[in-house]
Amino acid sequence: MNAVLSPESLVLIAVIVPFAGALVIPLFDKIPNVREAVTLVTAGCLCLAVFSLLAPVLDGARPRADVIRVAPGLDLAFEVEPLGMLFALVASTLWIVNSIYSIGYMRANAEPRQTVFYVCFAVALGSTIGLAFAKNLFTLFLLYEVLTISTYPLVTHRQDQEAIRAGRIYLLLLLGTSLVLFLPAIIATWVLAGTLDFTPGGILAGKAGAPLIAALLALYVFGIGKAALMPLHFWLPAAMVAPTPVSALLHAVAVVKAGVFTVAKVVVYVFGLDTLTKTGANDWLIFVASASLLTASFIALSRDNLKARLAYSTVSQLAYVVLGAALATTSGIIGSGLQIAIHAAAKITLFFCAGAIYTAHHLTEVSQMTGIGRKMPVTMLAFLIASLSIIGIPPLGGWSKWVLALGALDAGHTIVVGVMMLSSLLSAGYLLPIVARGFFSQPPGARVADKQVIEEAPAACLVALSCTAILCIVLFFVAGRIQTLLTGL
Amino acid sequence: MNAVWPQLPALLVVIPLIAAALVALSRHGELAFALTLVVSWVLPVIAGAMLWQVLQTGPISYHIGGWEPPWGIEYRVDALNGFILVLVSSIGAVIVPAAWRSISFEITEGRLAWFYCMYLLCLAGLLGIAITGDAFNAFVFLEISSLASYVLIALGYDRRALLAAYQYLIMGTIGATFYVIGVGLLYLLTGSLNMVDIAARLGPAAPAQMPAIVAALAFLTVGISLKLALFPLHAWLPNAYAYAPSWITVFLSATATKVAIYLLIRYYFSVFGIAIDFAALPITEIVIVLSVAAMFIASLVAVFETNIKRMLAYSSVAQIGYITLGIGLANQAGLTGGLVHVVNHALMKAALFLGVCAIVYRACPVQLENLAGIGRKMPLAMAAFTIAGFGLIGTPGTAGFISKWYLAAGAFDKGWWPLVAVIVACSLIALVYVGRLLEVVWLREPSPGVAHATEPPASMLLPLIVLAAATIYFGFDTEWTVGVGSTAAKALLGGLR
Repeated sequence: MNAVLSPESLVLIAVIVPFAGALVIPLFDKIPNVREAVTLVTAGCLCLAVFSLLAPVLDGARPRADVIRVAPGLDLAFEVEPLGMLFALVASTLWIVNSIYSIGYMRANAEPRQTVFYVCFAVALGSTIGLAFAKNLFTLFLLYEVLTISTYPLVTHRQDQEAIRAGRIYLLLLLGTSLVLFLPAIIATWVLAGTLDFTPGGILAGKAGAPLIAALLALYVFGIGKAALMPLHFWLPAAMVAPTPVSALLHAVAVVKAGVFTVAKVVVYVFGLDTLTKTGANDWLIFVASASLLTASFIALSRDNLKARLAYSTVSQLAYVVLGAALATTSGIIGSGLQIAIHAAAKITLFFCAGAIYTAHHLTEVSQMTGIGRKMPVTMLAFLIASLSIIGIPPLGGWSKWVLALGALDAGHTIVVGVMMLSSLLSAGYLLPIVARGFFSQPPGARVADKQVIEEAPAACLVALSCTAILCIVLFFVAGRIQTLLTGL
Repeated sequence: MNAVWPQLPALLVVIPLIAAALVALSRHGELAFALTLVVSWVLPVIAGAMLWQVLQTGPISYHIGGWEPPWGIEYRVDALNGFILVLVSSIGAVIVPAAWRSISFEITEGRLAWFYCMYLLCLAGLLGIAITGDAFNAFVFLEISSLASYVLIALGYDRRALLAAYQYLIMGTIGATFYVIGVGLLYLLTGSLNMVDIAARLGPAAPAQMPAIVAALAFLTVGISLKLALFPLHAWLPNAYAYAPSWITVFLSATATKVAIYLLIRYYFSVFGIAIDFAALPITEIVIVLSVAAMFIASLVAVFETNIKRMLAYSSVAQIGYITLGIGLANQAGLTGGLVHVVNHALMKAALFLGVCAIVYRACPVQLENLAGIGRKMPLAMAAFTIAGFGLIGTPGTAGFISKWYLAAGAFDKGWWPLVAVIVACSLIALVYVGRLLEVVWLREPSPGVAHATEPPASMLLPLIVLAAATIYFGFDTEWTVGVGSTAAKALLGGLR
């Protein structure tokens, strides 16, 4: 028993389970209840496997599994390190919640092609976990592309003109940037360093001059289109045509987080923090990330469509992670990791709420949501909690921003702290009015004396969004532990 | 078995030749197909046995009729052509089950036996080109395969097939003429027709001989390039592929151009390798420029093509550019990439054209807009088609990625960074035309034309799935493709310098 469930085999199990689930789901195409049960069981097994890896990793072990050598320099291999561990924990936990929500949402809206939906979802999660555990750039790149391809059918789920157009942008931008920028960067890394393995301290130290390092960093950062750094962000708002569970898990958690996670991983394990700070190759990225952070917040202010507003908010919040990586200090990276976890919980809650509002009342625009809090108190309360977490108010999500600010001060970039404060202010500006409008305004056509009828979304949706809202609060209390995990970096 | 073993090289060509004669005599469609099936399944076994032997004990030399080379004709199998022989015969074996339904559907019954006769002749010719070590014998086989393929293309149900075949005939004959002039010049210079012997006799070329050698090289290059459809000598290819019977397009796209590429490599590296300092001639630059032009221009044309057969045909021209790019790079990684792409492209393009074959069989339309929604009607076949399409783009996890990785590494080794940019840019264009195809196939509402389409019969579906699975398999296990490819590349470059 011990041999079967050694950390090494757990790594493989974690990667394989979702793919196996994807194979089983279509067998129950005609029996929705069993099909959904398979999804839930798969998600549960995955979560169990990932959590059992936590203890060994905290002890400093780095469980690894080599699968196959494709060609010299190209190995399919996995190794769990703290950053990947954290990402896998976040993704696998939220998949369970999201599956529950999906069942409620997809059934309530009578969506077509649900089997394809669940299959693609499982494949996407499998590639996310594989990406998190990748031991080298090749494995990561492989799963990065699988993730793009498996989410394409989800983005184009509705199959109308708008969805097809969004799918086109999605595929062209994500696959395109990865083929044109990311791949050459990987090849160049291989030629320069002679290896693609993620190594603490980086593999490019002393292998290239400052201009080349800066150029490579640019290729990586923009080649990883999933990180949605401006100006390569516009696939994300376009992808919002997908059903809400897709927006919630993939475009707030798995896909975009895979992007920023890859950026962080490349900065830490390919370039090495010292190499970057010594050559100063990271300076430009700090400014680009800050600009992205502020611009996206401004755009979010101006969007009336709730999902579009949340999408731009995501672009802005992702820039925090890139910023943390760009600072190239230990606290910057830890801040990035925290931000990945905290933002994931908060943003998935917000999307769940948006989906719940759509399912219950078919509202999509913020301006239509006057008085919605009186009809859907639980949903809007969750929305409030998640909003506060995004803004970074201390009892909630402030932790990651605090650490990031410390990282900025460490690196001597005082101005970055200012940028972050301004951005927090802006995020309060685009999130809180929704809550205020929901709770304090009268619904159109209602009189003051009327008692509001409570019309919430289906129970499955409600349970899911309450869970994630609670998770936002819980994360504040376990942030210290996450920090401990990440200091093992 | 011991008596048969030394005769394998001859058997590889003789079996399909005799079978072709038998098929022609039988004039019976079903009998012809049965014989073709058996022959097609025997050949890869022979080719595989020979490659195994070559990898164990070194090149095999077989003297036809017992005449010693260089007087007699020598069949010579080394890692490179052993690899090509296995490829050609295996592709034939995998796709031949699909022939019956597809060909019976597209060709009138009275012509079936003649069709299989021509196919077997074409196959014998292609295998002959690859196996022979004699420059003139290669010409003979080149003509056998070409004449057979003109007939095969002309059998297409569309009347434009006649014009396409005629176009190919004119171009192919010019190519063959150039080839034979080149061989003639070499014969004048050396008095020999045996490739190994020519290379030895040319030796390090004396300055006085240079003009003649360069002239021979030029004639051979142009002649063979016509057959392999190197840009801008590709004009015959799109029409030939578009109007030939669908199944023949599968076969020709996967084998005919690949064998011509083999012949070019053989001349460049084995025959001229010692005589000429390639670096002193602009030949590699010319090849690289033409390859890049092929990759760019043909890919762009494919983006705007609305007939899917022609779209895939232009994509073939572009992908051939990748292979010749590897030849032009002429270093270990680059040439390995080129050789590996010969196999990988053969697999992917065979899968794609077989997908088209299935579409034609079930629904008939080859115009892009008529294909709308066909993915919902034949999900398995179109899933295999999609996988091959991603292989064409070169996404990791498919065979196409491996080829591009080596080609890009070859370009990096030479320090030619812009070339890497070109390679990835062409992947992007491939993404556009493949994406366009997938969008129509999967995301549109089914058009009336495909309303009654269903999955193709197993004889088509299975080969399609095998080829798609191979596209993925060779994206992970490259021991065979890269292993043999790099052995061959090393041997070729060893001859070069």
